[in-house]
Amino acid sequence: MRYSGFRVIAEALTGHKGWKPVWRDPTPQPDYDYIIVGGGGHGLATAYYLAKEFKQARIAVLEKGYLGGGNVGRNTTIIRSNYLLDGNEPFYEFSLKLWEGLEQDFNYNAMVSQRGIMNLIHTDAQRDAFTRRGNGMILHGADAVLLSRDEVKAIYPFLNFDNARFPIKGALAQKRGGTVRHDAVAWGYARGADLRGVDLIQNCEVTGMRIENGKIRGVETSRGFIGAKKVGVAVAGSSSRVMSHAGMRLPMESHVLQAFVSEGLKPLIDGVMTFGAGHFYVSQSDKGGLVFGGDIDGYNSYAQRGNLPVIEDVAEGGMALMPMIGRARLLRTWGGIMDMSMDGSPIIDKTGVEGLYFNGGWCYGGFKATPASGWCFAHLLATDQPHKTATAYRFDRFAKGLMIDEKGQGATPNLH
Amino acid sequence: MIINHPILGPRDAQEFVYLGDASLINRPDGLTASPAEMHDYVYLRDNPAGLHRELWYHEQGDRSWLVVTRNTVTHEITKVEMARDVARSMGRSK
Amino acid sequence: MSQSHRIGGGQIDRTQPLNFTFDGKSFVGHPGDTLASALLANGVQLMGRSFKYHRPRGPLSAGSEEPNALVELRSGARQEPNTRATVAELFDGLQARSQNRWPSLAYDALSINDRLNSFFTAGFYYKTFMWPAAFWEKLYEPIIRRAAGLGSMSRLEDPDDYDKGFLHCDLLIIGAGPAGLMAALTAGRAGLRVVLADEDFRMGGRLNAETYAVGDHSGADWATAVQSELVSLPNVRLMTRTTVVGAFDHGIYSAVERVSDHLPTPLAGKPRQTLWRIYTAHALLTGGATERPIPFENNDRPGIMLAGSLRAYANRWGVAAGDRVAIFTNNDDGLRSATDLQSKGVDVVAVIDSREGGTLLPGIRHLRGAQVIDSAGRLGLKSITVRGPNGKVETISANALGVSGGWNPNVNITSHHRSRPDWRDDIAAFVPGSGGPANLHCAGAAAGHMSTHAALKSGAEAARHIAESMGKQAPYVLPVAEDAPVQITPLWYVPGGKGRAWIDQQNDVTVKDIKLAHQENFTSVEHMKRYTTLGMATDQGKTGNVIGLALMAELTGQSIPATGTTIYRPPYTPVAMGALAGRSRGKEFKPFRLTPSHKWAAEQGAIFVEVGNWLRTQWLPRPGETTWRQSVDREVLQTRKSVGICDVTTLGKIDIQGTDAGLFLDRVYANTFSTLPVGKCRYGLMLREDGMVFDDGTTARMAEHEYVMTTTTANAVTVFRHLEFCRQCLWPDLDVQLISTTEAWAQYSVAGPNARNLLAKLVDQDISDAAFPYMGAGNITVCGGLRARLFRISFSGELAYEIAVPTRYGDALIRKLVEVGAEFDAVVYGTETLGVMRIEKGHVAGGELNGQSSALNMGLGKMVSKKKDSIGMAMTLREGLNQPGGLRLVGVRPVDPAASISAGSHFLPLGAAPTAENDGGWLTSKVFSPHLGCDIALGYLKAGDQKIGTRMRAVNFLTQVDTEVEIVSPHFFDPEGERLRA
Repeated sequence: MRYSGFRVIAEALTGHKGWKPVWRDPTPQPDYDYIIVGGGGHGLATAYYLAKEFKQARIAVLEKGYLGGGNVGRNTTIIRSNYLLDGNEPFYEFSLKLWEGLEQDFNYNAMVSQRGIMNLIHTDAQRDAFTRRGNGMILHGADAVLLSRDEVKAIYPFLNFDNARFPIKGALAQKRGGTVRHDAVAWGYARGADLRGVDLIQNCEVTGMRIENGKIRGVETSRGFIGAKKVGVAVAGSSSRVMSHAGMRLPMESHVLQAFVSEGLKPLIDGVMTFGAGHFYVSQSDKGGLVFGGDIDGYNSYAQRGNLPVIEDVAEGGMALMPMIGRARLLRTWGGIMDMSMDGSPIIDKTGVEGLYFNGGWCYGGFKATPASGWCFAHLLATDQPHKTATAYRFDRFAKGLMIDEKGQGATPNLH
Repeated sequence: MIINHPILGPRDAQEFVYLGDASLINRPDGLTASPAEMHDYVYLRDNPAGLHRELWYHEQGDRSWLVVTRNTVTHEITKVEMARDVARSMGRSK
Repeated sequence: MSQSHRIGGGQIDRTQPLNFTFDGKSFVGHPGDTLASALLANGVQLMGRSFKYHRPRGPLSAGSEEPNALVELRSGARQEPNTRATVAELFDGLQARSQNRWPSLAYDALSINDRLNSFFTAGFYYKTFMWPAAFWEKLYEPIIRRAAGLGSMSRLEDPDDYDKGFLHCDLLIIGAGPAGLMAALTAGRAGLRVVLADEDFRMGGRLNAETYAVGDHSGADWATAVQSELVSLPNVRLMTRTTVVGAFDHGIYSAVERVSDHLPTPLAGKPRQTLWRIYTAHALLTGGATERPIPFENNDRPGIMLAGSLRAYANRWGVAAGDRVAIFTNNDDGLRSATDLQSKGVDVVAVIDSREGGTLLPGIRHLRGAQVIDSAGRLGLKSITVRGPNGKVETISANALGVSGGWNPNVNITSHHRSRPDWRDDIAAFVPGSGGPANLHCAGAAAGHMSTHAALKSGAEAARHIAESMGKQAPYVLPVAEDAPVQITPLWYVPGGKGRAWIDQQNDVTVKDIKLAHQENFTSVEHMKRYTTLGMATDQGKTGNVIGLALMAELTGQSIPATGTTIYRPPYTPVAMGALAGRSRGKEFKPFRLTPSHKWAAEQGAIFVEVGNWLRTQWLPRPGETTWRQSVDREVLQTRKSVGICDVTTLGKIDIQGTDAGLFLDRVYANTFSTLPVGKCRYGLMLREDGMVFDDGTTARMAEHEYVMTTTTANAVTVFRHLEFCRQCLWPDLDVQLISTTEAWAQYSVAGPNARNLLAKLVDQDISDAAFPYMGAGNITVCGGLRARLFRISFSGELAYEIAVPTRYGDALIRKLVEVGAEFDAVVYGTETLGVMRIEKGHVAGGELNGQSSALNMGLGKMVSKKKDSIGMAMTLREGLNQPGGLRLVGVRPVDPAASISAGSHFLPLGAAPTAENDGGWLTSKVFSPHLGCDIALGYLKAGDQKIGTRMRAVNFLTQVDTEVEIVSPHFFDPEGERLRA
């Protein structure tokens, strides 16, 4: 069923009786050509592109809970390609380009909204670092502009320009950055994959892997064994748990990142803003809630919830930046489990087990990567070759000393 | 969270800085370790969902490094030791 | 305007009028009123508009679960959007405005959405607005954004203060209804340290809203009496207007006390609100229960409210929400509303009871087996349509309708650790499940004990149990109270209607939306919530979530517990951001660290710059200088000509002592320190374990077993932490001790050809080149005996020293240095001049020490000793850190000295296209060198060591500057180092 404005009108006039289920609830087949473990954004995108772009069939996505229940449904919805390093920037720019055509591609309005992102500058050293980054982005074909203090003030006059502990000295902005309705991304990919015959199997937890002679044969699940020629794992914060079934230790830790939304407010903030002197970033959803966040809690956790110090830290950053928000109310906080890697960058690679592939280590930046992650993982699964924008995302980069360390923090996951 | 410091008693976790897996105590000798051993030490983690022995540093306190045994699913802390004692028990000395 | 709907009784002070306005219109209420009760007393039912359809709305409730009656409270910078009128305490002069409507509350243009409702179903926007692609940002979304949102912000700085407080107790009791009060009494008498918090401004909970007795008193009087005793107990702290909003790990709870929200403005010195962090051994949730409605067609009109709220307005506030009142219920509690209202003289026109059986109310038209199927009245209820047991439909005139679909225990906080509640069929509600926060207990209606007697008993029992677990005896005597059983036959919604029946009133989620979600297979509870937005409004679904869940259970043919439940997330009710931030705002966002020369520098008119939390002198303008460059050029030239002084106290300083101190340093530094002679300094390079440069600095050997390390300002804390890790965790038996002395010593750099001449006037010892050679270090005295440390080290390339005195003498020393420096025309310079001179000299700092660079990148590869193990050594051997064409530190100057270059520019070969493939690296730091008369920079350039003498372009696309540059050695100034050895 194709979605369109005409369809919405036609259904409205006939009592909405024609809307079909957005996906089936298929019974698992005994075996598949491809099993994608993880029905989050990355897993669903992988299945979608495997079917659509790489013309593969007999694909299943196994999800232990409900589709889109992981980080794709728990993030702060930001998209951007303002990365510093050569290993990252082409990939994220590829992702941003995919976002730009996504809704027409999968026929679902995910509200991809390029209202811009700005990273505020508070010191000369920060301006130098952001200048380096902005120029790198442009060399990779992305867009970047440097805004003066006055230009920032013209856009957001209510920021703390006059009494700030760390003065606002400008911003690095990417106009093509913005936000996307996160759940709709999962649903759009799920619907697109389902329409192309992918079996989306919910409430199906992978509990083991069957590996014979160094080759994957399938996965044990809460709904029985399911055979597969190739298995791709895209489970974010659960990466270490799932890959331990194949006897692997990973270069990552799982950490909780909290996110926040305020009560609905009339429009204040058009784009996305990051506060370079504190741990705070913010945008405003189409419904009017300020969506914001800060640092990870900082300790290993699988609890999907955080603690008070970070909540206060984030609010302090918000008040320091926007002194008016004292009277706005925080409505909800929640937590997601981040697959924090050892250099802050992801892995999309084969493993030591033939037919077993891994996608993870997204830290708290996985949402914006969703389309390219799916595409590149599908590319790897279908062709056994890395996509040209994801060649750096290898397991062996640590052994070889080819880390992609955007923040320059070394092998300390909670600092990335 | 509250960490029951072996010397100072219960302290708010906000006074501490977190490092990570206590396996970081077990550093191989850089002159004799194989590249693979060194790689595994620096980069690989068990990252369990459940009991986790981890290093916390009492930065806003007495500067002790502690090994805290904490459940990463419930956050329950079941044991707190001085990291120095743990290191010695693992055979580390000079 | 008269209080037309005020009736007798209630807990308001009728002797005192309070004037207030709503949408500019003046009204009068009384102390004890909420804004909602006062408006209802004045006959105002219409208080808001819904989010999507802009439907006219009145209050649904009388508490914090309110979805409809949201207003903008106060004005100017204190404007406060989305305030629930049902909990806003009335004060004299209160101003409130309705929100999310234009041009007025009664005539709202966007109520057109209501007429178009058949298009605006759940998730309709996911299916359209996709073509053409560019129209989303340009057309559709701006319209949606303008229409969305609820209240508006003032955009002005919040003028009020917020505080944070910390409490420690044995037992935190959340909610001061019958269970909470009884628990506090029991635990308080037993001697436990108790905190009793309640969100209301009056303790008693439902007792204030009911008519039945507790012991010999009315419920409200019993609550007052208990409070009196609790106040007399020194171990009990009573906190009204205090909402416990979150349960965190290990017995930590957050609570917000609204200290001043009931006043026009906070009293002098008082905060608006205080965020309390409560550390408790045990917590007891006695937060009561929240009534839920029964959706039927057009069940959202002003005048239709929860039955328990309708009687609360009558009993507590002396308000009849209407003068012709009907009740629609599926349980016995709804009948109480009818009898209470009737006994107060209100005309109860009918009780529509969906149950067939049960007791027949005397003296009231009690229709059993009946349902309300529709209502009428655009801005306020006029009539309801009732379908009787025999299917006969009649219209009953009424201007208020109380609806009771049963009560949901307030389990919210028990699921803050993501445990799920359990279903109980007998009360048709969820109760707290297992696996909640450790040591969080539940009692009263929150635990499903719905009668007053059961609440009192469970509260006392819980307190006794907790007290005994802490070794205290806690006997109690229960007062006599009603113990009526819950009699409910669930009716989750009224079936059969063609129109809309609201479940989530604020977000306009109707029964149809849930059915559509089911039809489209959004059947998992989380999918239903996210697709329809059920429960995502400011009330977090306190009245609607369970109904939506029950409906989905019916549609899927599963039981309610099998269908599941969404998890309530903190905070329990929305919290002002200001309360969470407390005092950390404006200039107080982070503490200031000030250097010892700060006061002197401020007196001199210094310009300061933020360096982490430090404020450092950036430059020191002199009269007549109009640009910063004039000042900095002067400081540089005068330092190189004669002598300059700079406060370098911010550098980290660590004393390292012990018989193994040298060995320890050999392990933490890439180069060797155990061979350093006593009385000498050495430059040290510290790596992270991954082989990248962590930090650098000079370390001096002051005695055989005593070293003094300096670190960069930025890494002072992290280096110390790292050294302690190495000491305690890696080599626990090394004889070495560390202490940070960053704040113990004031340290100044004295640099320039006259540096020795100047210092000789202060230092008591011989500091001639022979006695104190380059890289010398030692303990000295100054000014006739004050202990000090002297290091002959140079960051500027000049003959230079760093001199340190105990911090309390720092101010005196800067003044003395300036005084004795006068004869040399000494200048005091700031961080800009420091930067110019270090770049002229080719020293790495911030821009180069970026955590992404190896020693080899910095041209310091040979410093990493391979003869010993040190942190990071092994990892430097990896191929990625030894690529022949890798980045190397170079110097950069424009071919045309008048041309400018900027840090962050990238290197491109001459004539090459601006692509990533041609990207050669970037400029890390740039200054204007007055010595060379042009911009100079350092940069990381691929194969830079082989490109010295060649030309490239330094391109900054952001500023459109493209400059031809020459790649040179990073040592622009005195490359042989003759000056610093002078």
